[in-house]
Amino acid sequence: MKLRSTIYLASAAVAFAALTFATALPSGAADKVDPAADAKAFRKFFTDKFPKVKFEDFVNGPYSMNEDLYRQWQEKEQFPPYEFALEAGKEMFATPFKNGKTYADCFPNGGIGIRQNYPYFDEKEGKVITLELALNRCREANGEPPYSYVRDEMAALTAYMAFTSRGKLMDIKIPDDPRALEAYEKGKEYFYTRRGQLNFSCATCHVQSPGERIRAEILAPAIGIVNAMPIYRSEWSGMGTTSRRFTTCNSQIRAVPLSPQDDEYRNVEYYLSYVSNGLPISGPGARP
Amino acid sequence: MRNMMQKSALVLVLLAAGAMSALAAGSEEDFKAAYAAAEAANKEAGKLRNQWTTTANTLAAAKKAADAGDFDKATASAREAEALAKASVFQATSEKTRWKDMEIR
Repeated sequence: MKLRSTIYLASAAVAFAALTFATALPSGAADKVDPAADAKAFRKFFTDKFPKVKFEDFVNGPYSMNEDLYRQWQEKEQFPPYEFALEAGKEMFATPFKNGKTYADCFPNGGIGIRQNYPYFDEKEGKVITLELALNRCREANGEPPYSYVRDEMAALTAYMAFTSRGKLMDIKIPDDPRALEAYEKGKEYFYTRRGQLNFSCATCHVQSPGERIRAEILAPAIGIVNAMPIYRSEWSGMGTTSRRFTTCNSQIRAVPLSPQDDEYRNVEYYLSYVSNGLPISGPGARP
Repeated sequence: MRNMMQKSALVLVLLAAGAMSALAAGSEEDFKAAYAAAEAANKEAGKLRNQWTTTANTLAAAKKAADAGDFDKATASAREAEALAKASVFQATSEKTRWKDMEIR
């Protein structure tokens, strides 16, 4: 009798374990990190939501969402407001450091036409390296103080580097390294996580509501949003880097911004850039 | 979507209002206790990388009122700051899994 009970109990335990394992499998499979599938779904979401917008036009942010704005922007592009920053950036880029070297010595292809490859995952360091971070590391390696990530000098340099890459398709790679996948996944998590007293995530504005107004502004779609960086914003009366965009987005939803180039921001830029692969670099951009 | 946002905002407001309803006239000791509790909750939010600007502003307002000797107002502000900080902790904790609901798949 005792033996029979033991057998029944053991069978029940095995059945329960099998059932638990079986039900755990599908959700485990669903949670598998698959950047290629994410990018495909991301692209489909936006092209289905805005069937009239040409795919390459998504990089033009709010202008791709509104015909009147698009016309205004085309006129504005005759004398683009980022032109001064572009010229300053070109000069800064060519000016040697005190040691005689230049930015060109720090980057592949002398730093020309490479914007589409940033950010990248550095397998030695095990972290995401953005263009802004690489520029400051270049400065420090050559004995120069780093620039602020949110001010004009960094915006001018990245504007020039983006300009030399215009039209090249965003081409972010995720190496076969679990740390790279983790950085990508953390970037995705950051993008969709609600924060701040207003309880907004990045996706609240740029996935759920692109084309709609938030106060006087028309919201840009998330796809291709980083391809236009850095941007001249009329609201700022000046240029802004990707770091400035992330930190001000956080402040606007009443979240205390993290420090520029903290891991979270680097990861979210990695995620957003990867899902924008195949779209042309359009930076520097101009926004209302 | 707008409804969801409104509901979420309402929950956060109610959380803040709930704590506010427990307000009572405050002495300096009450203020110190309320301020310490608010700072502790905000520190926890910091560990979760999810502090709110409004918490910092309300803590600053509490300190300013205390410096001016208005401990009723200072205690009320400190309790409000604690409620805000707790709401930010709740948000960060629940979002650890809820973010997936928004994901494009």
